[in-house]
Amino acid sequence: MNGLTDLIVGDPQADRAVPPAGLSARLTVFVAAVMAFLAIITLAISLTTGRVAAVWADELAQSATLRLPADPENADALLAAALTVLQTTPGVERARALSPDEQRALLAPWFGPDLPLDQLPVPQLIEVVAGGEGYDAEGLQARLTAEVPGAVLDNHTSWRAPLVGAATRIRLVGWSVTLLIAAAVAAMITLAAQASLAANVQVIRVLRLVGARDVYIARAFVRRYTLRALLGAAIGTALGAIVVVLMPQGDARDSVFLGVGFAGLEWLWVVVIPLLSGLVAFAATRKAAFAKLREMT
Amino acid sequence: MIDLERVSYGYGGAMLFSQLSLNLAAGSFHFLTGPSGAGKTTLLRLCYADLKAKTGRVSLFGKDAAGLDRDHVALARRRIGVVHQDCQFLDHLSIAENIVLPLTVVGRGDEVGKNLPELLKWVGLSKQAEQKPPELSGGERQRAALARAVILSPDVILADEPTGNVDWEMSQRLMKLLVELNRMGKTVLIATHDLAMIRAMKADVSARVSRLKDGQLVQAGADL
Repeated sequence: MNGLTDLIVGDPQADRAVPPAGLSARLTVFVAAVMAFLAIITLAISLTTGRVAAVWADELAQSATLRLPADPENADALLAAALTVLQTTPGVERARALSPDEQRALLAPWFGPDLPLDQLPVPQLIEVVAGGEGYDAEGLQARLTAEVPGAVLDNHTSWRAPLVGAATRIRLVGWSVTLLIAAAVAAMITLAAQASLAANVQVIRVLRLVGARDVYIARAFVRRYTLRALLGAAIGTALGAIVVVLMPQGDARDSVFLGVGFAGLEWLWVVVIPLLSGLVAFAATRKAAFAKLREMT
Repeated sequence: MIDLERVSYGYGGAMLFSQLSLNLAAGSFHFLTGPSGAGKTTLLRLCYADLKAKTGRVSLFGKDAAGLDRDHVALARRRIGVVHQDCQFLDHLSIAENIVLPLTVVGRGDEVGKNLPELLKWVGLSKQAEQKPPELSGGERQRAALARAVILSPDVILADEPTGNVDWEMSQRLMKLLVELNRMGKTVLIATHDLAMIRAMKADVSARVSRLKDGQLVQAGADL
């Protein structure tokens, strides 16, 4: 905590003890900016994909399809019986038989347009929409088996599970990439700090000669690299946020490529990414500095 | 203040000196002499815990240096002012900034305004305060190093060949500053191979002269 306080308050005289290093300073800022930019874009895509998949999954979870046997002679009786069962089932908010046009549209991708449904033994489909906490699917299937023989209730589990799985994996990949970016920032800052410490051995020797404690020497390096990472990450994040805002917008339910961005509190990442970069740089430089100072004893 | 008891040190297996004892009592003045390579600088570095003795015991202000961690070594060094032959400055800082470095390191930067002008005047560098170390002559750099060594008002001053790169007149001036510090109660140890300078100073200060040769430290007598 003291280290963070010192970092914020700073000590200009201590900072001046370490000579400025031009190229390493610019590279640190540049790499931190690139990494923050990539992190923002990755997070935006990951969060959007997860959000859209969750919407899809919710919509599918709320609806089911009841398929009646293709029996033209008893079609009306089967439909009436099924609707009666559904209307008397707790948790079923709505049950609606699909019209011939709707059924024709569903089959159009396979059979083409103008399909003569009345001449084919096509099963009647009923859309079932759950309400409240939903219904007991197993109980409903049992009742349907007894009262509408041959009726099959499909609650879309076989569709929903892979979708939810894919969404989870995409989120996982997004977070993994973000963690890798953080690790890359830490590695880069560590290398830069080690190079700087090695280049300033004489400065460290003089500071020790006049009674400087390790924490004083480390602070000058830690502060310098933390502020550089913070500055670079702020620039990269700002650029990333601009790119996200400029992404094509639309209804993300139609395509995940439309509407990539942050929603609501997700915009906090724009603040969090630079702060996290600063924290990563602080921890990495501090570790590298103390390791080098121990080595120089 | 600083006590070396039967201390040995060497590089790469070869012993530079062994069973060497030296006591720097409060307010004492010492000259350490001997030929180049005899180990004068090494002995000084043992005195401010820049090196650890292979055997024997080095005590800094009553504490065994071998048992001090890095933080405590740093604290001990604040009581020891060191003047190196090559001065050990930070070349990107001005002379004034180099001189006040010990104050900033210990968090007493607010005392700079009070101490610096007086110190610069004492070593005769008031006009060179804003110059960078490479811009100064050898004698000016040595005086600046002395000013930095004393700014924390340490108990002990260790000087390694402080007159090595300066002319006779400047070396006399530097030595007078060190004698002045000793009269203020500071313990002073000067490592030098300049016997003429030691002879010249003997009239001004009651100094103990030790000679380091062939790994042994012997008290120099009238044969100096």
